[in-house]
Amino acid sequence: MSRKRLRRVGWDAVGILVLVVMVFPVYWMISTAFKPGQKILSYTPQWFPTHPVLSNFRDAMHQQFFWDAVKNTLIVTSAVVVLSLVLAFLAALALSKFRFYGRKPFIVVILGVQMVPLAALIIPLYITMSRLGEVDKLSGVIVMYLTFALPFAVWTLRGFLLGVPKELEESAMVDGATRFGAFVRILLPLLGPGLVATSLFAFILAWNEFIIAYVFLHTPQRQTLMVWLASFTTLRGTDWGPLMAGATLCALPVVIFFLLVQRRIAFGLTAGAVKG
Amino acid sequence: MASVAESGYIPASRRRRFSRRRVGQATAPYVLLLPAAAVIGLVLAYPLYLLVRMSFEKYGLFELIRHKGVWVGTANYASIFHDSEFWHVVLRTVAFTAACVSLTMILGTAIALLLLQVSRWVRIALTTGLVLVWSVPVIVAVNIWRWMVDYQFGVANWTLTKLHLGNFQHHDWFANPWTGFGVFTALIVWGAIPFVTITVYAGLAQVPNELLEAAAIDGAKPWSIFREVTFPLLKPIFVILTSLSIIWDFQVFQQIWVMLDSRPSSDYYTMAIYAFHQSFQISEYGLGAAIAVVMVFFMFVATLFYLRQMLRTGEVY
Repeated sequence: MSRKRLRRVGWDAVGILVLVVMVFPVYWMISTAFKPGQKILSYTPQWFPTHPVLSNFRDAMHQQFFWDAVKNTLIVTSAVVVLSLVLAFLAALALSKFRFYGRKPFIVVILGVQMVPLAALIIPLYITMSRLGEVDKLSGVIVMYLTFALPFAVWTLRGFLLGVPKELEESAMVDGATRFGAFVRILLPLLGPGLVATSLFAFILAWNEFIIAYVFLHTPQRQTLMVWLASFTTLRGTDWGPLMAGATLCALPVVIFFLLVQRRIAFGLTAGAVKG
Repeated sequence: MASVAESGYIPASRRRRFSRRRVGQATAPYVLLLPAAAVIGLVLAYPLYLLVRMSFEKYGLFELIRHKGVWVGTANYASIFHDSEFWHVVLRTVAFTAACVSLTMILGTAIALLLLQVSRWVRIALTTGLVLVWSVPVIVAVNIWRWMVDYQFGVANWTLTKLHLGNFQHHDWFANPWTGFGVFTALIVWGAIPFVTITVYAGLAQVPNELLEAAAIDGAKPWSIFREVTFPLLKPIFVILTSLSIIWDFQVFQQIWVMLDSRPSSDYYTMAIYAFHQSFQISEYGLGAAIAVVMVFFMFVATLFYLRQMLRTGEVY
């Protein structure tokens, strides 16, 4: 008994060590963001900001184009989440509930496009988009993000739809529910985790993406937060305080979103919602 | 007579109703697929075709303005295959990918197994920490690591010096590509572990306890339980995670690009950066396209497994 407990304490210690190592970079960003300049530029690192200041955040927000970038990122992100959810759901419905000619090739295409490296595609993509007059426009970026969000979204939702046993839907309809009623009451709740995972993926993709935004959005007023953050680096490379404050601000919405749905991601993604 | 007419009529109507439903059934999936297919066609299929075509063309600035390349056959491919720098880049990219993927998979799985052993509160804390790390955007992560390995005030140099692992004061990690790529490997593995750990852990949670207990009663050691029971059950998850990691790590671009101020020296070229450099920096779009095609080919070979696994899993249902 005590040996078992001893072993558990040992594993707990290892777990805490792993936790500290993994989380340290994030902690270091936040603690640097709250330190005054002279504490940051010291040869002996200060582990904890004893006199936290907000000046770094003020500096970051007063950087040129910060608010433009916030606005653009919000537009792009929400458009991508909504559109990808709708399009992917329709496609997943087709792939899971129907047998039709061309189903398998489409699945192969959906899976295959995930392998196409974005960095390779950016060359012809730039030429295609410039012919359509979509360079330096948010709409062009939205369409591109949408495409890269779709494969995962379609595949995930298809998996969830397949996981719903036909009998469940049928028994609801036998009990007098309409097809739509069965969809709303039976299918949608079971799809919940899938829809959450899908929107989460689209949100992160659109919020974090850098290469497309960097290549396609030239005008500083039209750039997204990640491009803003990366150019911050090149403009004032050694001004670490405001840079870390800016980085914290850029990470904050994603972090909050993630932690809110944490239970769902950790346990809902593959959990057997339909097992029982 | 009447009965014949009747018996002839009813099946006909039944047949018609049946076939109308069948027509509806037949067109519905295509209508549902159309929007997604249209977007994918515009942003992926056509550019992919264009990429392959451009790789057989001379496509410089002049051709870019004229919107038309000049067919040169396999000249671009001949030129990159005879370029020793290209082969260095390929080798570097493959080695870097192998290091990142294997470290990610091993450490990610180890932490998932660790989660099964620890107390509840440690498990919750560790999962939350992992989700926190997972949620950090790549460009943010690059800036954090850039600050941590700063040659003057970086916390990494100070810590390594204090631990007596050598004198790291004013050590520039990027002066030598080996240590530079070490930093990139650490950055990428650190960022990739949470996804692997959480997915594997979710899979582990679905392994029936009776199986593990039965194996333990039969006297199996933890390692052989993992190898003989857990691993085979989770094999689909491992195949998918490994191939996804290969896909992601093979095309690494932004970490290196942003960390090195958009001006990486040629020692830091991966295939993605090399293709980008050839096309957007020296305006040899044709050559860049040829490199990109080779890159797509490499990834296709590497992830054939993934496709097969996904299709196989899909057919089981």
